[in-house]
Amino acid sequence: MEMLVVNNLYKSFGGVKAVSNINMKIEEGQIVGLIGPNGAGKTTFFNLLTGIYSPSSGDIVYKLNQEISSINFRPSRMVKYGVARTFQNIRLFKEMTVLENVLIGYHNNFKYNLFTSLFRLPGYYKHEDEAYDEVVELLKTFNLYDKKDVLAKNLPYGEQRKVEIARALASKPKLLLLDEPAAGMNPQETRELTELIQWIREEFDLTVILIEHDMSLVMDLCDDIIVFNYGTLLARGTPEEIQNNPEVIKAYLGGE
Amino acid sequence: MKILTKKNIYTLVLVLLIYFLVLLLSNVGIIDSYIQLNMVIVGINIILAVSLNLITGFTGQFSLGHAAFMAIGAYASGIMTAKLGQPFIVGVAVAALSASLAGLLIGIPTLRLRGDYLAIATLGFGEIIKIIGLNNDYVGGAIGLNDIPRYTNWTWLYFSVIATIFIISNFVKSYHGRACISIREDEIAAEAMGVNTTYYKILAFVIGAFFAGIAGALYANYFYFIKPDTFGFMKSIDILVIVVFGGMGSITGSIVGAVILSVISSFLQGFPELRMVIYAVILFLIMVYRPQGVMGDKEFKLFNKEGGLSGNVSSK
Ligand SMILES: Nc1ncnc2c1ncn2[C@@H]1O[C@H](COP(=O)(O)OP(=O)(O)OP(=O)(O)O)[C@@H](O)[C@H]1O
Ligand SMILES: [Mg+2]
Repeated sequence: MEMLVVNNLYKSFGGVKAVSNINMKIEEGQIVGLIGPNGAGKTTFFNLLTGIYSPSSGDIVYKLNQEISSINFRPSRMVKYGVARTFQNIRLFKEMTVLENVLIGYHNNFKYNLFTSLFRLPGYYKHEDEAYDEVVELLKTFNLYDKKDVLAKNLPYGEQRKVEIARALASKPKLLLLDEPAAGMNPQETRELTELIQWIREEFDLTVILIEHDMSLVMDLCDDIIVFNYGTLLARGTPEEIQNNPEVIKAYLGGE
Repeated sequence: MKILTKKNIYTLVLVLLIYFLVLLLSNVGIIDSYIQLNMVIVGINIILAVSLNLITGFTGQFSLGHAAFMAIGAYASGIMTAKLGQPFIVGVAVAALSASLAGLLIGIPTLRLRGDYLAIATLGFGEIIKIIGLNNDYVGGAIGLNDIPRYTNWTWLYFSVIATIFIISNFVKSYHGRACISIREDEIAAEAMGVNTTYYKILAFVIGAFFAGIAGALYANYFYFIKPDTFGFMKSIDILVIVVFGGMGSITGSIVGAVILSVISSFLQGFPELRMVIYAVILFLIMVYRPQGVMGDKEFKLFNKEGGLSGNVSSK
């Protein structure tokens, strides 16, 4: 079943057409790779998908927890709709611990009210305990449990990327958007990440769209690859199709 | 249920012990009226600093108008008790509520303004409140409001301080408070994680103003007399200095800061210019040698926490 439909999507900044006439449908349960040369509009597309930018024209429709279209997108509501993301330029809460970072991802799953929080009523302990257990479970999967009390800013780059993914997962999304998750990772970390993404897709029943420049990761991991070039959708297909597509090869060679 | 943990019981016992000890020492005269006066000042400054810390230290919303919330509380309680003959509890309640209503109003610009711009907006808000006071004859204009009954005693003071610390620490260690901290850290990421930043920024102002209002009531009903100048820009700066000195995002820091700086200014009472110089030097030294404040964002703990979840979650 399709869970994301994009219709004639445009976004321009002044004279720059960052995203131009994008049409696509994404099926549930897939891992979709989004590739393209620098400045192709990939991150802009994610920002449109998460309500950070609103489209200049066209629209985006999710069929997740509910059917919702881009007119109603607000960044802080996307998690409620089932969409979570990471950022290309890591945006962790630097002065908070790893555990606290991931607990922020869990924010919308907390149920106790303000009054309970101010007076620390029994519900506080119950819900904080529950959240703690779930988040710790998640941290263990990511091999981050030992670091749970470390401030995010003190982690090496590769682990910061992992915390960002864990934080997004803590919101219990249906669709996970990863903006260059392997950037700054060494080959060993990249391999682990590939397995991890595969595993979380199964375990959490997720759809994943990931932007990535590391072609081996993209080719290993993705069921479906979409190529952007100058804001437009240049090609779409399986890893083999994309690898042998002359236009894609040209865009990459010409773009460098 | 983890309410009756050892730690909580110890804390409760300690809180009551201090209360009765001071009561006893006052009754036998060891704590004289001069010490009492200073205790009132320290207590009020603790409330002001802890509540401003919630807004500026934890939520990251730079505010230069905290004294205005205090002013609103002071005048509200002054009117209630002096003009309308209401008991102190009504004065305190009206003070807290009207100040938090003002917090709601000043919270709204925070949705559009950040950093320096917000600081200027809150500063303007403080001046507006002062000018309203200066031009309102009902509350005595520039001359001020007189003959406010002295209701503030050790019991009121102490339990107001304890309530402020208790409620604000509970808040910052809950998911609501963590949401506020995440806004300070990275507003865009906080939104992307589902934090309604609008709501939490305003909430921080509302809660912070609530307690500043109580501080105002305690002030008015101790010193008999209030005038708009008392709550000017310089008072807001004083409170901010305490917060920065103690450490942004540390409640214990604000308490320590309030005690130390209140005592210093009490010694320099007779030399207001010297006081400003010394304040400036202290701030300068802190900025150069310990920009995170005396406590950083750490908390000083009386008792070792005994593992378990809530200890872990609030391990900062
Ligand atoms: N907020 C903005 N204001 C103005 N121009 C922008 C803005 N965001 C993106 N752009 C422009 O839109 C174009 C696409 O940028 P985008 O960041 O989406 O590319 P990208 O495909 O993610 O590139 P990279 O692989 O380098 O991350 C670029 O020309 C960029 O300069
Ligand atoms: Mg990008």
